[in-house]
Amino acid sequence: MTATPASRVPPAPEVLRAPLTVEFPFTRSLGPVQSAFLTGLRERTVLGVRTTGGRVLVPPVEYDPENAEELRELVEVGTAGTVTTWAWNPEPRRGQPLATPFAWVLVRLDGADTALLHALDAPGPDAVRTGMRVRVRWAAERAGAITDIACFERCEDRGQREPTPATSGTERRAAAEPRLHSGEFDDPVTGIVAPARLDYTYTPGRAQTRFINALAERRTTGERCPSCRKVYVPPRGACPTCGIATSEQVEVGPRGTVTTFCIVNIKAKNLDIDVPYVYAHIALDGAGLALHGRIGGIPYDQVRMGLRVEPVWTEDGRHPDHYRPTGEPDADYDTYKELL
Amino acid sequence: MRDVAIVAFSQTDHVRGSEEISEVEMLMPVLHDVLGRTGLRTGDIGFTCSGSSDYLAGRAFSFTMALDGVGAWPPIAESHVETDGAWALYEAWVELLTGEADTALVYAWGKSSPGSVRDVLTRQLDPYYLAPLWPDSVALAALQAQALVDAGETDEPALAAIAARSRTDAADNPHAQLRGARAQGDYVVRPLRTGDCPPVGDGAAAVVLAAGDRARELCDRPAWIRGMDHRIEPHSLGVRDLTDSPSTRLAAEGAGAFERPVDTAELHAPFTSQEVVLRKALRLGGSVRINASGGALAANPVMAAGLIRIGEAAAAVHRGASDRALAHATSGPCLQQNLVAVLEGEPHAR
Repeated sequence: MTATPASRVPPAPEVLRAPLTVEFPFTRSLGPVQSAFLTGLRERTVLGVRTTGGRVLVPPVEYDPENAEELRELVEVGTAGTVTTWAWNPEPRRGQPLATPFAWVLVRLDGADTALLHALDAPGPDAVRTGMRVRVRWAAERAGAITDIACFERCEDRGQREPTPATSGTERRAAAEPRLHSGEFDDPVTGIVAPARLDYTYTPGRAQTRFINALAERRTTGERCPSCRKVYVPPRGACPTCGIATSEQVEVGPRGTVTTFCIVNIKAKNLDIDVPYVYAHIALDGAGLALHGRIGGIPYDQVRMGLRVEPVWTEDGRHPDHYRPTGEPDADYDTYKELL
Repeated sequence: MRDVAIVAFSQTDHVRGSEEISEVEMLMPVLHDVLGRTGLRTGDIGFTCSGSSDYLAGRAFSFTMALDGVGAWPPIAESHVETDGAWALYEAWVELLTGEADTALVYAWGKSSPGSVRDVLTRQLDPYYLAPLWPDSVALAALQAQALVDAGETDEPALAAIAARSRTDAADNPHAQLRGARAQGDYVVRPLRTGDCPPVGDGAAAVVLAAGDRARELCDRPAWIRGMDHRIEPHSLGVRDLTDSPSTRLAAEGAGAFERPVDTAELHAPFTSQEVVLRKALRLGGSVRINASGGALAANPVMAAGLIRIGEAAAAVHRGASDRALAHATSGPCLQQNLVAVLEGEPHAR
């Protein structure tokens, strides 16, 4: 049993939660082989790369996965192929190639020795089997990306006889002998942007929840380490010095001392603050370390170490908007030098 | 080379959601417990290494926050791997082998509940050919499972039996998330059913390593690391034979796993079908006790599940239930990366 006085350990607060979306455009440049492959897709041409051992890799890579040799010999392969394995996806997820139930497939295109991952449009799992013949369905609008292949479709869906390696025609030629291809196209694609979006539900944990709840009452709270007695603001639930949990709540401030500062001369995107402005470390009275905040209500070039400040709350602000001078005499250096 | 052993292991109870606590709040009890088992304090530890992924929490540099739970003052020697903690253990093992430290603390955690782990894991795929299609982790495992079925290596009843054995064994594991038998359920991505897939959950684990006599001081029966190796295969699934795992076999050879039989194996197989591949690659016969803990099918905190396999194997040696145990960890789609460790107890110890 721990013997912490109950009055000092508030009950576990109700969990705070908020949506958190992480979105980024993943911009990648392409090397010569990937550039040729993705440009080829835009032109409805599938290229592979031949290894020194004579295998044809589709999709192509720039270095042999077996021996790391540089690969540059491009060949054109067929746009039809054989399913080497598959998996039926009854509930498509956001971003996947088809919105209706489909099969994930690995397809070995005619003339290739390796398989390409994509989606297969099919009415149901009973219509899919390993070894079946499928062909590329091109996207109506193509930009030089793997999604230029909209999906694969079953050869029989077009009422055509399944082309097999014995069938004649262009696919037959590709199957028997992948043709050398220069990899050169007009207006080659040299890069891709792969947008990513992940959705989370952010929950801050016990310590930060208590801190945020107190801020809603315009109080700033920290937590004291039971071992070193330091008061952490904002608290994260652990003393990083001692590696143990903090739980004793301590109200700090509202006034504090500027321990150090910098002058910001570059306007941040979407930030409605005129530059230059001052960003400072502020040791709130009673806190064991400084938090940071903006200093206002004083010209930027008059901010100084030791300046006494207090928080300024805006009408609907959920944290102090900035800190302003209190008018008190500056703090003596010895009172905050340990908090620098 | 000097001998290095795992001398303590601790893990959280693994749960579907831990929204009331932050990562460091989840981690701290485990760190205290594992240190408490050895009597060591943070300041006594020579090297600290952790494994985790920012993509699970959706926040950059999340491991620096978790580090608050360690106590990093006075300054410590610390490192982090952005993958399963089993690889952090490998780094710590090398550190101890080279004599840079005598003890090491290794920990790992995964809090999957804030996001959708199936979607999150698509971001570890090649960004040119795979990631734009958003093939989720279950889909990729299902492609491998179908390849195994087509090859005659398994079938749905056999996969269901692996699921049942794992969850039944997990009934004795108080930390497991899924304990006891459960229905196989519907297809998630055919041929994999709910029962073939790991639970999504949050959890953490930690081990302490020590070298030579230090290990004997800290533990009655240290789990000596006789060998450890890790290998990788091409990222592209279409280049690999999905029914086999040559990287696991090679890692096992490098770790000395085939020199003498093992009696216990902890395999990091989040999907039932992956156990089929690993058993074959590791040449595990019927006499080997596999995943007595329930394995990743009973609790799969992403980034910690591999370290837990090594910890469970070590714990079996600690308590005398195993004399020679194999532990395996994986990362990446369809067993792309594999790590194998061989652990032994001293024959004359208690």
